[in-house]
Amino acid sequence: MAKHHVTTTINGEEIEFLCETQQTLLDVLRDELELTGSKEGCGSGDCGACSVTVDGRLVCSCLILGVEAEGREIETIEGMAEGDHLHPLQRKFLEHAALQCGYCTPGFLVAAKSLLEKNPDPSETEVRYWLAGNLCRCTGYDKIVHAVLDAAAEMRGQANA
Amino acid sequence: MTSVRYEAPESVQDAVALLGGANGGGRVLAGGTDLLVQMRSGMVAPALIVDVKKIPELRGIAGNGEGFRIGAAVPGAELSEHAEVASLWPGVVEAVDLIGSTQIQGRASMGGNLCNASPAADSVPALVVAGARVTVAGPNGTREVAVEDIPTKPGRTSLAPGEFVVEFLLPEHPEGTGDAYLRMIPRTEMDIAAVGCGVCLTLDGDGVCTAAKVALGAVAPTVIVVPAAAEALIGSKIDEAALARLDAAAQAACRPIDDKRGTIAFRTRVAGTLARRAALLAAERARAN
Repeated sequence: MAKHHVTTTINGEEIEFLCETQQTLLDVLRDELELTGSKEGCGSGDCGACSVTVDGRLVCSCLILGVEAEGREIETIEGMAEGDHLHPLQRKFLEHAALQCGYCTPGFLVAAKSLLEKNPDPSETEVRYWLAGNLCRCTGYDKIVHAVLDAAAEMRGQANA
Repeated sequence: MTSVRYEAPESVQDAVALLGGANGGGRVLAGGTDLLVQMRSGMVAPALIVDVKKIPELRGIAGNGEGFRIGAAVPGAELSEHAEVASLWPGVVEAVDLIGSTQIQGRASMGGNLCNASPAADSVPALVVAGARVTVAGPNGTREVAVEDIPTKPGRTSLAPGEFVVEFLLPEHPEGTGDAYLRMIPRTEMDIAAVGCGVCLTLDGDGVCTAAKVALGAVAPTVIVVPAAAEALIGSKIDEAALARLDAAAQAACRPIDDKRGTIAFRTRVAGTLARRAALLAAERARAN
């Protein structure tokens, strides 16, 4: 059977690709488009390392077929920094040393960005529940949660300025 | 790897035709949070995937004053954002919201939760006590079925080959009615219910319970409706005596398994306690309505 020809928008850029039905969006991002920032941890939607947004909605790219991307707007970790200018969340993750091996980090950043777009002033509890679908096996979660809260505070400050 | 056919029809009729032509080899794709995992693990190997998310009936939420029609493929996150459904049927919305993480909520649907037919499906007891029904489309037309009549055993449904769930019908919300769903998991988040309990009840102006429905999840091969538990509440003011009868009736109905999430004795006892707590929460909501 012929491959599917898919036209989609990734990080604001229109992209075309070919894929088999069984290929997930994560497979397509990593293997066809060389966007390897999104990671495969579990492949079953438990770890969140493959988090992306589709039409603004946070999802696991391992649980979406590539062919479902047709006509959608997808944001990945590769769209987070503007050139060399890091997103405040990325800077705060570095400042707080909120990563160790780094494998879970892209997923945490994409998920945290999605939270702050919806709720610019989350409580610690709200951050912890929102990020419950992202697993980190190195550092524990305190540093990550504090980095997100700090980034949120900085971003609110900018918004008020 | 053999190639799998993928279709995304835009009408119920087209989806019925595709599934009917697949000789049982077709699978419906809504949020995919169960299907893709099952395909990856080799549990299922469909020849045809029918993505139903382009069918308008499966995507919308509509209220008409007599209840709500909720598309079977509506993701949990969209349902939670629907203020009207959340205010009238908080138990249903909270139950759906318990399924998985934020990421899963972006995709997972009530139709998938029901048709995956896990005994521990969180949305199902809540939908059952709310009196929800589903419309089912198939080769012989459309029929309407109570939610509790869909699952038949773990992983199995009463849907005939080629049939699929189109939408959920939440009934008109009677005055003085409240619903609640509570579940017990061994941790605070990201787990499957060891026990789930839904209660929906109606109180009259004097606070006397005039109608009730109680359903339990994860303590039998399918969701179970417990009429004796409802009878324990009806005619009472949800006082301690009624709650004790409810607790006993809920425990008596349990037929759970032993597994890593809980023993038979633990699940049985928790079912009684959850029923009490869900009834109190439902009553509090009923008084506020």
